[in-house]
Amino acid sequence: MNIAVVIRQVPDLIEPLEVDAAGTALDLGSASFIVNESDDHALEQAILMKEAGGGTVTVVALDCGDVDNTLYAAAAKGADRIVKIALEGDPPSAQNAAVMLAEAVKPLGADLVLVGVQAHNELEGVLAPLLAAGLGLPYVGVIRGVKAGAEPGTISACKEFPGAVMARLTVKLPAVLGILGADQPPRYVPVSRIRAAMKSTQFEEQAAAAADVEPLVAVRRLAPPAPAARAEMLTGSEVEVAARIAAILAEKGLVK
Amino acid sequence: MITSESPKGVELLNQLSKSGDGKPPLGCMQCGLCAASCPLGEAMEFPPRKLILQAAAGNLEKLLQSPSLWMCVACYTCSHRCPRDIELTDGLWPALRDQAMQQGFQPPAELQETFENVFKYGNTLGKSPRQRMDWAKDLDVRVLDLSKEPRPVDVLWLVGCYPSYYPRNQVVARAFARILTELGVSWGVLGTKEKAIGECDRMFGEEGLFETLVEENRKLLDPQRFEKLVVLDPHAFRALQNFYPRFGAWYPVEHYTTFLAERLDQLKRLLVKPVETTVTYHDNCCVGRRCGCYDPPRSLLELIPGLKLVEMVRNRDNALCCGGGGGGMWLDAHIVAHGGHRLSDDRVRQAADTGATTLAVSCPYELSRFEDAAKVTGLEGRLVVRDIIELLAESMDLGERSNA
Amino acid sequence: MSDRDVLVLAEVQRDALADVALELLAAARSIAAATGGEVVALVLSGDGARYTASLGAADRILVVNDPQLAAYAPGPYLAALEEIVAAEAPRAVLIGATSIGWDMAPMLAARLKAPLVTGCTAIRVDGAGLVVTSSFCGGKMMAEVQVAASPAVLMTLPGSFRPSADAGKAQVETRALSKPLEPGEVRFEEFILPEAGDVDITQQDVLVAVGRGIQQKENVELAEELAGALGGAVCASRPVVDQGWLPATRQVGKSGMTVKPKLYLALGISGAPEHQEGMKGSDLIVAVNTDPNAPIFDVAHYGAEVDALELLPALVEAVQARRG
Repeated sequence: MNIAVVIRQVPDLIEPLEVDAAGTALDLGSASFIVNESDDHALEQAILMKEAGGGTVTVVALDCGDVDNTLYAAAAKGADRIVKIALEGDPPSAQNAAVMLAEAVKPLGADLVLVGVQAHNELEGVLAPLLAAGLGLPYVGVIRGVKAGAEPGTISACKEFPGAVMARLTVKLPAVLGILGADQPPRYVPVSRIRAAMKSTQFEEQAAAAADVEPLVAVRRLAPPAPAARAEMLTGSEVEVAARIAAILAEKGLVK
Repeated sequence: MITSESPKGVELLNQLSKSGDGKPPLGCMQCGLCAASCPLGEAMEFPPRKLILQAAAGNLEKLLQSPSLWMCVACYTCSHRCPRDIELTDGLWPALRDQAMQQGFQPPAELQETFENVFKYGNTLGKSPRQRMDWAKDLDVRVLDLSKEPRPVDVLWLVGCYPSYYPRNQVVARAFARILTELGVSWGVLGTKEKAIGECDRMFGEEGLFETLVEENRKLLDPQRFEKLVVLDPHAFRALQNFYPRFGAWYPVEHYTTFLAERLDQLKRLLVKPVETTVTYHDNCCVGRRCGCYDPPRSLLELIPGLKLVEMVRNRDNALCCGGGGGGMWLDAHIVAHGGHRLSDDRVRQAADTGATTLAVSCPYELSRFEDAAKVTGLEGRLVVRDIIELLAESMDLGERSNA
Repeated sequence: MSDRDVLVLAEVQRDALADVALELLAAARSIAAATGGEVVALVLSGDGARYTASLGAADRILVVNDPQLAAYAPGPYLAALEEIVAAEAPRAVLIGATSIGWDMAPMLAARLKAPLVTGCTAIRVDGAGLVVTSSFCGGKMMAEVQVAASPAVLMTLPGSFRPSADAGKAQVETRALSKPLEPGEVRFEEFILPEAGDVDITQQDVLVAVGRGIQQKENVELAEELAGALGGAVCASRPVVDQGWLPATRQVGKSGMTVKPKLYLALGISGAPEHQEGMKGSDLIVAVNTDPNAPIFDVAHYGAEVDALELLPALVEAVQARRG
């Protein structure tokens, strides 16, 4: 099976995020970036399917947010081709990213396109279904686990519902799936393999297709949430805090 | 003796021993001293002796997938006693772990996360590099950040990940800063640019990550001018002294106990407050057993007025490891799940048996490991765990003060 | 139909109306009150009449019945949704951020070339347009978004609005589509239910919840000790379940269970919106996390910035001491 995987970088939330001077956009100048978690799962799912049934995995990514390290790791994990799309200017909106990525994915003739179902910095566009629309392919998201289907030209996917319930679906290929999780957590690849990939992997670099979809909303203000009803904070050592919590619980009749 | 050998297995073992200090693993005479000495040997499917036997016989797959591969806590007891001088702890174990990961066998998840943290953030705790100097916030002595103000110093102090980020260890970092200042040493740190030295990553088998860290640390250290590096972490000491030179990175380095023990006369004058407590000292594995350095920590402790030093039955080269090395810090669950136990629990009982009320340590892992063990074994309140630095600082009357 | 109306997708999941439907009706009501329009609930299913009684908070209840809608499949579902929304042309379409919502909201917006905002926690009318408050970046950022065009497709964070007891006109209208729905390329086969025999965390009075902050699988035992002492059970955030340290039946959050115990003790949980969704209705929430900016502190009643691992044994002791 010929699988395409779209990977994005997102701001690392380990640092507090900063807002630009105008107060309407994230100031990404000092942010560090990591791979979008659900895209990492999408890659893992693709590699698992390749290991199970053969085929190729092509990773496609826009060149932003220090993506190179992630792409080398993808190569080290077993991706066969890495397509990197050059960008000019600010990172694009989900709508424009979808246009650019669809143009790069189309010629791959993939049977299956996997992309993370969400990224935490999405606000007024969700890439996965937009990409599907741009490719003219069917889409279903919130998928945890994909296998080759019983009938040829299909795959079997589990869509996650509340209460740990899964809906088993059969999807006719070609299709786009929005991945929430792979059948197993993203594998670890030793740094020596990533370093080896840095020496041996050639990215296929492409220019980005023109994309000028106008935003349909305007951000008036961006700020960290004002804690409306913040918790009453208990201070002291762990032992002191434990005593206070136990007292509170006892007061409420929760200690029997 | 090893009687059945596969060419492939033999080739691998020969390869593995190439970069090490010791003798080739194939010289193993299967005496079993290693397996008998290993504190977790009984729980291992493949103690060192069997690792060599099975590797030589070509049974690599089984070996590389065994959970036993991730149970070594790098205590060096086997290497220390091996009559054939085979570099087991530093050579065989990391090489086999590396091989396992190269072949796609996944290390325990907790270790994976540690590798990723070091790779992304330069520390095992997964904390932001920008917070690496928070330990020095509102400190009453001046901390020279050599990454911002480079200048020649006597001592470039590599603070270490735990002393920088972990609250219990930050106390020790602050105390050491005060001691250095009080001694009139010219010293500096690398500030938020400091990165893990990578000893634990090397021991876990992440050779590639270790190499990356050596490169990054060279970029930080080579432009600096200092008489020596001083570290709090015995593991960092071992790596800088023995592994970094293999990559052409040679720096004069001392563990803090050696550094301070060179200044006994000066310290003696500064140790003004008696510390009335009976102390037993736990020899850490890297500076202790592996490097044979047992006296400096004892000299420091004996210098402290009012302090009485007693020895555990297992001391010096026979000390029992706390279980934190070689990945052990993150592998307690794995080890317990596969029939092992927490060595630190045994060790605190041994400490309490001496009648001591304070267990003195000189390795950052040991503080939290022994404090946890004291809680678990019911010794909390009867045995306190303190770094030698804390005891010295107390006797020098260099406690936490306000900046007023 | 009117661009003063607000349309709510009243999802049917596994033969039951999703909880989120009622809170969306309340949200719709506050918007419609300002625009002077009506609250319209849309039910897409095989036999929608069964659900209309619960949708009394709406003014109009549109029921679309089709065998292709009996079980969720995105193709026919989207076709039906698109046709109704295009015909109704409301000011806004409110869809919950559910498994179905994550498919439908963005796809509907793309089909209609309509604006989309995800993570909505508050919506108000501002002149001719709407201003939406939205949570993103794992709950660490809030955005105030102006939406001028209509219809606005708004995907809301479940738990952001409170269902109201107020009744609407509740006129039921069965709607036929212009043509029968075709099955799409995605076919529903069956539901796979979790293995029975484990604890049902939705029935517990006390939950001790563990997150990434517990660091190692063996620490789950400590949490179980505490849960035992309090007469409750252990549950977890998604990362802990992903690691396999607890089964999926213990997962709290958007893709897990929604719980409302008397006590929810969150240990080492950051409290991203997906998790908050599953537990913010708890009577008493006590949260422990070393990160002072952890979003969990915004929903907790009490919090402490200490290490969950250090706290656990101390808390077990303190509780046992009180039990005497």
